[in-house]
Amino acid sequence: METQTLIYIFVGLSFALYIAIAIWSRAGSTSEFYVAGGGVNPVVNGMATAADWMSAASFISMAGLIAFLGYDGSVYLMGWTGGYVLLALLLAPYLRKFGEFTVPDFIGTRYYSKAARVVAVICLIFISFTYIAGQMRGVGIVFSRFLDVPILWGVIIGMGIVFIYAVLGGMKGITYTQVAQYCVLIFAYMVPAFFISFLITGNPVPALGLGSEVNDGSGLFVLQKLDLVLTDLGFAAYTDGSKSTIDIFCITMALMVGTAGLPHVIVRFFTVPKASDARKSAGWALLFIALLYVTAGPVGAFARLNFIETVNEQSYDNAPEWFTNWEANDLIAWRDKNGDGRMQYRPGDAFEGAPVFSESGEGASGERVLENAATDNANEVYVDRDIMVLANPEIANLPGWVIALVAAGGLAAALSTAAGLLLVISSSVSHDLLKKTFRPGITEKGELRAARIAATAAIVVAGYLGIYPPGWVAQVVAFAFGLAAASLFPAIFMGIFSMRMNREGAIAGMVTGLVFTFLYIAWFKLWAPAANVEANWLLGISPEGIGVVGMVLNFAVAIGVAALTQAPPAEIRTLVNNIRVPRGAQTPHMH
Amino acid sequence: MESEETRDDKVAASQKAYWRANIRLLCVLMSIWFAVSFGAGIIFRDFLDQFSLGGYPLGFWFAQQGSIYVFLILIAIYVVAMHRIERKFDLDDDDDS
Repeated sequence: METQTLIYIFVGLSFALYIAIAIWSRAGSTSEFYVAGGGVNPVVNGMATAADWMSAASFISMAGLIAFLGYDGSVYLMGWTGGYVLLALLLAPYLRKFGEFTVPDFIGTRYYSKAARVVAVICLIFISFTYIAGQMRGVGIVFSRFLDVPILWGVIIGMGIVFIYAVLGGMKGITYTQVAQYCVLIFAYMVPAFFISFLITGNPVPALGLGSEVNDGSGLFVLQKLDLVLTDLGFAAYTDGSKSTIDIFCITMALMVGTAGLPHVIVRFFTVPKASDARKSAGWALLFIALLYVTAGPVGAFARLNFIETVNEQSYDNAPEWFTNWEANDLIAWRDKNGDGRMQYRPGDAFEGAPVFSESGEGASGERVLENAATDNANEVYVDRDIMVLANPEIANLPGWVIALVAAGGLAAALSTAAGLLLVISSSVSHDLLKKTFRPGITEKGELRAARIAATAAIVVAGYLGIYPPGWVAQVVAFAFGLAAASLFPAIFMGIFSMRMNREGAIAGMVTGLVFTFLYIAWFKLWAPAANVEANWLLGISPEGIGVVGMVLNFAVAIGVAALTQAPPAEIRTLVNNIRVPRGAQTPHMH
Repeated sequence: MESEETRDDKVAASQKAYWRANIRLLCVLMSIWFAVSFGAGIIFRDFLDQFSLGGYPLGFWFAQQGSIYVFLILIAIYVVAMHRIERKFDLDDDDDS
């Protein structure tokens, strides 16, 4: 069967499955809408958390980033898994014992303050929208490349699917669709990875394959060969990094702590029956996530090796089909600087900026003509890092159904994360802003309706961001993790582990962390991007890692202010004592 | 929920001891968490890279593979050890619905 037909079948079937699950698991109460009634089995919740967590960035972009960053890509592997240790050990069981619906719920109650709750809601909405815009870009890429529909329609179809199961089913619908989406995405990720690992090393398990010898008779290990090939072409060795140690340290820490502070991840642990289940669930989540993460590193390394061997010094006339396919989608470009008709892949940018193709005519070898100014290095190839995972099955010549599977997997990853984010946005509006702050008299029915309206509005905004991505979106993903690390994590952590932390300290700390991190990132990413070089950074820490400094400031200011102001009232001490002990968790709707 | 005043001192003391045991366990596990990722994977990577595990330089392996396996083991240990501590102080949630 044609690959294109297979893609339609795979994607169509997976969508039908998600909708069927949504209809079966419709939410009837606010408790079901916000936290799936608090009755989700920890293994099921772990799987849903994994799908929620592994976004378009994890599925589509991460291995590509690692392929081009080499050792420096480790920050994502450690950063996006190590956060689960923090969640399991420091946050999840206590937040579940607390037993409410949202993250601002905890902060507002523990710090006996509506102001604290509103600050938390602002952090949450900002973090979640930044994140969601990235998911929509992923949906757009998959649709335009694999389904041949314009990005506009791709985003509208994707939003329609999410609308059905997020608005109808709430957390309950999302949880069970995410389980299905996890199965689709992990299968779609592993199958091509096994194939490619087997082709290159003879060992089908990627994590072992990367530590084995290449089966080309050279007797070299994969990483040795990769280092050799790259240094021959003038690149840095794959196993060496180019970032400074302090920057690697801070980025990893910011990603870990940020992960533990992301509201859509934390809220998943409100859905299990009791505190001890929250711990187990975090363990299961990490297990399901680790399957993809220990594979992503090898996939990146194999992809880089494959890419160089199939592209470098190849004449454009004989360029593989995937190369011209992605060129047609603007994500690959070639500029024949030396006029030899062959593609030279070397360090540096082939030309300035992202490719702008001219509409008229073709180059001497039939390639698309670029309008960008050429740079004076020897590199002729531009490749968008995001395509490595999607193009991998084609690069390795895998059968059509594997390509179709990857398309369905990419969509599953993007949609599951988008749904989780939409849910935390809508519940923070209907529950934290309406019910708990501005309209306490609202009925359960009214609150549920408000939650559905908020989810619908959030979908429309997210869809708009996906269709017309503002230029700054790609630049500010660092915001989500940096802000979560600098604002929410310290407030939640001290709320559990410190009896003395009070309203004044927590608010001052959150505001300090938030403002400092926001200004630092905005300065280097938006207002003065030209100044974004190591020499100008505070202590040599890039905007990606600055959340750690924001976090330290948050802790310092909060502890200082709390010491100078009144201790929290007696009932807060009782509350903290109560959440520290696992026994006696109630289902959320009993409050 | 019982209020603080009605609990006798014995319960309060046992809660205190339970919390101390919990903190002790956390300190041990968090030290290992820090040592494998920030220690072996980042700070001491160059030193460890002179050894290898199969075709992996050791520091590189910790950064891209090993730390993730250790994270998983840490959570597993925590789940088991914490359950034991809670039962010892009779604060577990085994019988909660």
